[in-house]
Amino acid sequence: MGESGSGKTTILNSLSGRLAPTTGAVLYGKGQNDNEAVDVYGISEAARRLLMRAEWGVVHQNPRDGLRMRVSAGANVGERLMAVGCRHYGKIRQDVLNWLARVEIESDRMDDLPLTFSGGMLQRLQIARTLVTRPRLVFMDEPTSGLDVSVQARLIDLLRSLVQELSLSAVVVTHDLAVVRLISHRLLVMRQGKVVESGLTDQVLDDPHHPYTQLLVSSVIQP
Amino acid sequence: MGTMLSVENLCKSFFLHNQGGIQLSVLQGIGLTVQAGECVVLVGPSGTGKSTLLRSLYANYKPDSGRILVRHEEEWVDMATAEPRKILEVRRRTVGYVSQFLRVIPRVPAFSILMESSRMTGKPGEEAAAQIRLLLARLGISERLWKISPTTFSGGEQQRINIARGFIFPYPILLLDEPTAALDAKNRQVVVELIREAMQRGAAIIGTFHDEEVREAVASRTLEMPSNGRGP
Repeated sequence: MGESGSGKTTILNSLSGRLAPTTGAVLYGKGQNDNEAVDVYGISEAARRLLMRAEWGVVHQNPRDGLRMRVSAGANVGERLMAVGCRHYGKIRQDVLNWLARVEIESDRMDDLPLTFSGGMLQRLQIARTLVTRPRLVFMDEPTSGLDVSVQARLIDLLRSLVQELSLSAVVVTHDLAVVRLISHRLLVMRQGKVVESGLTDQVLDDPHHPYTQLLVSSVIQP
Repeated sequence: MGTMLSVENLCKSFFLHNQGGIQLSVLQGIGLTVQAGECVVLVGPSGTGKSTLLRSLYANYKPDSGRILVRHEEEWVDMATAEPRKILEVRRRTVGYVSQFLRVIPRVPAFSILMESSRMTGKPGEEAAAQIRLLLARLGISERLWKISPTTFSGGEQQRINIARGFIFPYPILLLDEPTAALDAKNRQVVVELIREAMQRGAAIIGTFHDEEVREAVASRTLEMPSNGRGP
């Protein structure tokens, strides 16, 4: 969390294999054992791409960046399964239907182009496309910020239950304090490219120590 | 049974950077031990730090110094210094907290909220659902409200959802911050019964109750909060 320009998206891109750090390393732990950690920028690009495709997922702020707008909703979800090696058509179709239902998209919209979807539906479709391959780690950049308030709550609830159900790890960037409180366990507050405060989400929000965090928390307008 | 919670020399102050750099010292050297099956009631005028103490015990506030030892399964965890992941684990299975205010995702039905709380503790779905139905009935939340989001409920109904969340799992330690503040006499009595049952199964309870009657009904002993010079 942090104001725009604080480096939130930069850190997210860097963690998710899409922006090499100038110095330092990003380590991805595949198992319980730290010895098995992979140096994300120390492996070949091909190996990194495979890792990103097979084990990670990214939910973009603008769903249009994460979807292919000229193929059907169903194909958007199904092609990700094919990309990780699924070949059985019937099985893919079944998975796609399951996932559309999970994100509350009616099955009769399966063959429609995403162009015909509302903003909230697009975001839910992007989530289905990202999660269908059962990633272990998901990166989300402002997943609710482009949406009407009326659909935000439903999306937050959906994200939270999916993360819990699939026991995913998720890194979420947001500037919305309410979203932070409702979906995250831990919180890092960023300012001018640095983490100024971090810890348990409710502790940081209810007992902020850094002047900037205190300012942020006390500036929220209560509706 | 033995000691469940032990607080040693706890100090907590707030430094308000954006309001002239004021430092408010709220807790100064609090010590407290709570045994299994005991209910300790905090008393004192408002502003003496009763809520601050409860929030510190739940690690919602971070103390300046001192220790908050909690018996979590086979180990002692210091809530003042434990890692966030450890604290979350303790909150899932050992320490329950009922506050005055309900904070939930809008538009999620009351029943689903309780199901989620129950799922976090690892209880299978059917068993959890049956238990939630019983608890809601006891707390007088009529069935037509179960499918509705508590954000639309009255103050007293919201508080009862909070209470249900605190009592849905047999937490070995319970922190209760004015759980009866918005309740009528009948529901206050239900909460008194819930607290007594929890004590009987060996829970260690610390709470604040502005209601004299409730206090007398549940307190094993009281702890007078020391005045910190902020009062009149």
